Amino acid sequence: MKIKQLSIFLQNKMGSLYKPLEVLTVADVNIRAMCMADTSEFGILRLVVDDPIKGKEALEENNFLVKITDIIGVEMTDSPGGLTTVLRVIKDNLIDLEYLYAFSHEKEDKAILLLHSDNIDTLIQVLTDNKIPIVPANEVYNL
Amino acid sequence: MFWNEEIETMSRQDLEELQLKKLQSTVKRAFEKIPYYNKRYSEAEVYPEDIETLKDIEKLPFITKDDLRESYPFGLFAVDINEIKELHSSSGTTGKPVVSGYTEKDLDTWAETIARGLTMMGIGENDILQNTHGYGMFTGGFGVHYGCHKVGAAIIPISTGQTRRQIEIMSDFGATGLIFTPSYGIHLAEVALEDGIDLKELNIKAIGFGAEGWTEEIRHRVEELFATKAYNIYGLTELMGPGVGVECCAQKGLHIAEDIYYPEIIDPNTQKTLGENTPGELVLTNLEREGMPVIRFRTKDLTRLTYEKCECGRTHARMSRITGRSDDMIKVKGVAIFPSQIEKALLKIGDVEPHYMIIVTRPNTLDEIEVKVEASQNIFFDGIKEMMEIQNKIRKSIENETGINVKVTLVEPKTLPRFEGKAKRVIDERNLH
Repeated sequence: MKIKQLSIFLQNKMGSLYKPLEVLTVADVNIRAMCMADTSEFGILRLVVDDPIKGKEALEENNFLVKITDIIGVEMTDSPGGLTTVLRVIKDNLIDLEYLYAFSHEKEDKAILLLHSDNIDTLIQVLTDNKIPIVPANEVYNL
Repeated sequence: MFWNEEIETMSRQDLEELQLKKLQSTVKRAFEKIPYYNKRYSEAEVYPEDIETLKDIEKLPFITKDDLRESYPFGLFAVDINEIKELHSSSGTTGKPVVSGYTEKDLDTWAETIARGLTMMGIGENDILQNTHGYGMFTGGFGVHYGCHKVGAAIIPISTGQTRRQIEIMSDFGATGLIFTPSYGIHLAEVALEDGIDLKELNIKAIGFGAEGWTEEIRHRVEELFATKAYNIYGLTELMGPGVGVECCAQKGLHIAEDIYYPEIIDPNTQKTLGENTPGELVLTNLEREGMPVIRFRTKDLTRLTYEKCECGRTHARMSRITGRSDDMIKVKGVAIFPSQIEKALLKIGDVEPHYMIIVTRPNTLDEIEVKVEASQNIFFDGIKEMMEIQNKIRKSIENETGINVKVTLVEPKTLPRFEGKAKRVIDERNLH
């Protein structure tokens, strides 16, 4: 159920995003979703790829600092209010989200929201209790 | 103008006779009263009676900062504590500090060396000297203070900081002499200019520089800003404090008070004594110190000596400006730092195999240090907040270790240079030498 996300440490300088992406290209690893968190000096590139283990190995062979982080994906309606519905449940249950990002689904009218919290198991429990569909990891890898 | 004309202009032959006599008695006292020297000299099978000429000093083993540290706090004192009147210490940023103890007579000797220096700079009883060196365990403040009392000038013991107040007092009190580190001097001048105060209009007669490296360009800049001459002052806490060497009006090297300190230049690798005008590491010996005689101290400062009589009339040897270090110490904002301290700080926060680089710059007038650290699995987390915390933890750990606030930059793995053999961890872009 949990998605294995790659978190990659990068310096915030010109061209630094290109290199890890090139490594993944050569390794034939496909990126499903990505987001970048940055400060003036460094950033963390977060990627969901089709094969996280292969991606991590390829990056590490090229000296990148990579961590695998568990996140979860939930399905939401791709219409106004879709995101707020999910967030309301999380907020009302006092769960602190570290970050989230979203992309639209192949399924019509659906989008996928990727979430990370330090209390990921509680988050899963709360979402399940509130009948918010959690997308299986494989479905995200193979979108 | 001389403070002690007889001593300062005595013939080399007379001076060397005086030095030999003082060296013999210093070595004898050290051997008899201080277990450290007794042990070291006995092991080396060299005894006080082996010192028959000045050249015989070369038979004695060197003493290093580490030896002094191991004797912390009072292990190298030659007198009982009831004879010690004052205690100072180095900043202690590199492990245990080095302690220096002074008897009444030592304080007077120290003041004598500074008095000679102030006289060289043209400071006398009619002057007002503003001393921006820090007062406290650091020897810079009090050394200048005592010397100033000796020459009879009025001292303003303002210490470091409070730049605007410094300028106000300088102007209102009519200071005629200033003591500062070159970088602080330039900072002072810039603040004064911002406030519309023209330092050239103050009647500054002389400036004494201390505690950090500088170039001729910096000297010229300070001289221009204050419309006066600036003189270098050299010294070390281990030997006493400032006043080991001071520049005279000729500005052609620093006169070492040779009846008080015996200088040698050695090759830092072979440890062989080198001749006149040959660059090498300065080694110093206290010839006139009761409390804590230090014999053949390796300063790690690189310079050279000339014994040629100076145009000012003094016969005492002159050392050139310090051109570098024989170890990897860097001096930042007047504080001595070794790369090993940075390494220790990184190990403390859990970086098992730290790769780092220290970059020292002086963007305007004040030193800045950036420590680049390669991120590793142990210090990498999937959160900006955690990474900022790590950066901050490293910064604090380095500050605890060195006393200096640095900028920490995390860089990607394997992006810093790797070294075979001795690592070169410091890039000093200040162009000090």
